[in-house]
Amino acid sequence: MPVLELSGISKHFGAIQALNDVSLELEAGGVVGLMGDNGAGKSTLVKIMAGNFRPSHGTIRIDNREVHFHKPIEARDNGIEVVYQDLALCNNLTAAANVFLGREIRKGFGPISILDYAAMYKRAGELFKELKSETRPRDLVKQMSGGQRQAVAIARTRLSDAKIVLMDEPTAAISVRQVAEVLNLIHRLKDQGIAVVLISHRMPDVFAVCDRLVVLRRGTKVADKRVADSSPEEVTGLITGAIERA
Amino acid sequence: MTVSLDDTINRQTHSSLSWLFSRQTFWVFMAVVLACLVLSVMTDTFATQKNLFNVTRNFAFVGIIALGMTVVIVTGGIDLSVGSTLCLAAIICGMTMSAGYPIWVGAGAAIAASLAVGLVNGLLIAYMGMPPFVVTLGMLSIARSLAMVTSNNKMVYQFGPDQDILLWLGGGTTLGIANPVIVLVVLALITGFVFRWTRFGRHIFAIGGNEHAATLTGVPVKRIKVIVYIISALTAGIAGILEVGWLGGVTTNLGQGMELSVIAAVVIGGANLAGGVGTAFGAVVGSALIEVIRNSLILLGISTFWQLAFVGTFIIIAVMFDRIRSLRQQE
Ligand SMILES: Nc1ncnc2c1ncn2[C@@H]1O[C@H](COP(=O)(O)OP(=O)(O)O)[C@@H](O)[C@H]1O
Ligand SMILES: [Mg+2]
Repeated sequence: MPVLELSGISKHFGAIQALNDVSLELEAGGVVGLMGDNGAGKSTLVKIMAGNFRPSHGTIRIDNREVHFHKPIEARDNGIEVVYQDLALCNNLTAAANVFLGREIRKGFGPISILDYAAMYKRAGELFKELKSETRPRDLVKQMSGGQRQAVAIARTRLSDAKIVLMDEPTAAISVRQVAEVLNLIHRLKDQGIAVVLISHRMPDVFAVCDRLVVLRRGTKVADKRVADSSPEEVTGLITGAIERA
Repeated sequence: MTVSLDDTINRQTHSSLSWLFSRQTFWVFMAVVLACLVLSVMTDTFATQKNLFNVTRNFAFVGIIALGMTVVIVTGGIDLSVGSTLCLAAIICGMTMSAGYPIWVGAGAAIAASLAVGLVNGLLIAYMGMPPFVVTLGMLSIARSLAMVTSNNKMVYQFGPDQDILLWLGGGTTLGIANPVIVLVVLALITGFVFRWTRFGRHIFAIGGNEHAATLTGVPVKRIKVIVYIISALTAGIAGILEVGWLGGVTTNLGQGMELSVIAAVVIGGANLAGGVGTAFGAVVGSALIEVIRNSLILLGISTFWQLAFVGTFIIIAVMFDRIRSLRQQE
């Protein structure tokens, strides 16, 4: 049974048809590579799942139950976590502060409750360890490498008991070594039975970690198949339109 | 492997001394201390109890508003309307009291007026998405104009039955310390606590660091933005009430240009106008430095016309300091 099921999703922004009748199912522990040219609608699709946009048409089901997200927080409450394209990190805050942003742990002192630094440092440290990342909870994010920043953004998705993690181009702006780190992080998520959607332009990354491939072209889904049954050449053809559909 | 990973994750990066030396606020604090020492040696008028009392009382008003301004600047905003808000609050307090009402009504009305100013600023900025600079520039005119209309642009110098309490509040002392200074210290401690220990404090720094990220992670950005402008206006209102009590009279040019001293104090104290950086202590130290400069010019017999040049130089040095540090970090 799919953990998340999108059926007949369309989205238009004024005259622009960003998505056209897209259906998609995510399985627990499955990694789906979402590919397509710039403007194909990948980010829009992710943002619909994440509650940033509401679809113009179509339904979203989680565990066979129809859901309507008005705000990102509602998607999060339903077990959907997002690693945004720009990572959504605050450079002026520590790694732990970023992990817990919007979900700070507090302890009560009479009528007021104050931040529980010790608990947040501890939990953040545990998450970085779980992700096998050399990231220190007390360091400022602005001093961190691209790979560590990824770890912070991904650790955030592990705070709650998320079932689905959406990643919008996590490997777009980082070095080769750091890409390997991120791909490792994705393997960790998969091992824990989490459904992952990975948007990436990098063919080798998709073929290294994904089980399934979905290709969007001008808002329409043109392929949805097992990675093992496809090839980089075919995917390129699907993205550019040289191959109509597969 | 696990052991070394544990070590890495738990290692401390900075010693506390190197942290201290990297703080602009620390250096400004040292500059204030140094200036005071030099003045104590060079003049026999500086280190007198009376002069020290005056210096601390004089910067208390700017310092109180600088605390509120720091909250706004940390979110990446700016509030140009504080000088006018101070004037409006002072006039309303004075008018109400001279009409025969007790001080709590006068002060209450003044606070209510400043909260209203902050609310309007905040709503326009947060919910209409208007630039803080423009909104508060407009409010700078509006609030002063309202003060003129309310008082018919006349001086208010009689404050009814509670006049003595008002004069004591702004001009009196408690245990030898000027009352506005006590208010400043209390508010600075509260601000420092809020910055470090509350979720609200954490969120204002997040908004200043990356507003988009704060929104995406579920921080109530709009609501917090409204609150910060209310806080800034509230500090202006409190300073306004105290200043009437100190001066013993109020005209509608009270607080003119004060927003610039306040912003200067905040920036000199180490806050970054781009947002995400600032401390309560820095706001106080920055205000102190400006007042010590002014006082030293007077005591050393230098024309006070030089004061603005000194303040301006310190602002530029403060920003340069920040620039150099961020360039060093990029390397
Ligand atoms: N908020 C928006 N308002 C208007 N148009 C948008 C918005 N977001 C995306 N679009 C448009 O929708 C289309 C798909 O964009 P996007 O999903 O970002 O593509 P991708 O992530 O695949 O590059 C583009 O034509 C883009 O211009
Ligand atoms: Mg995109």
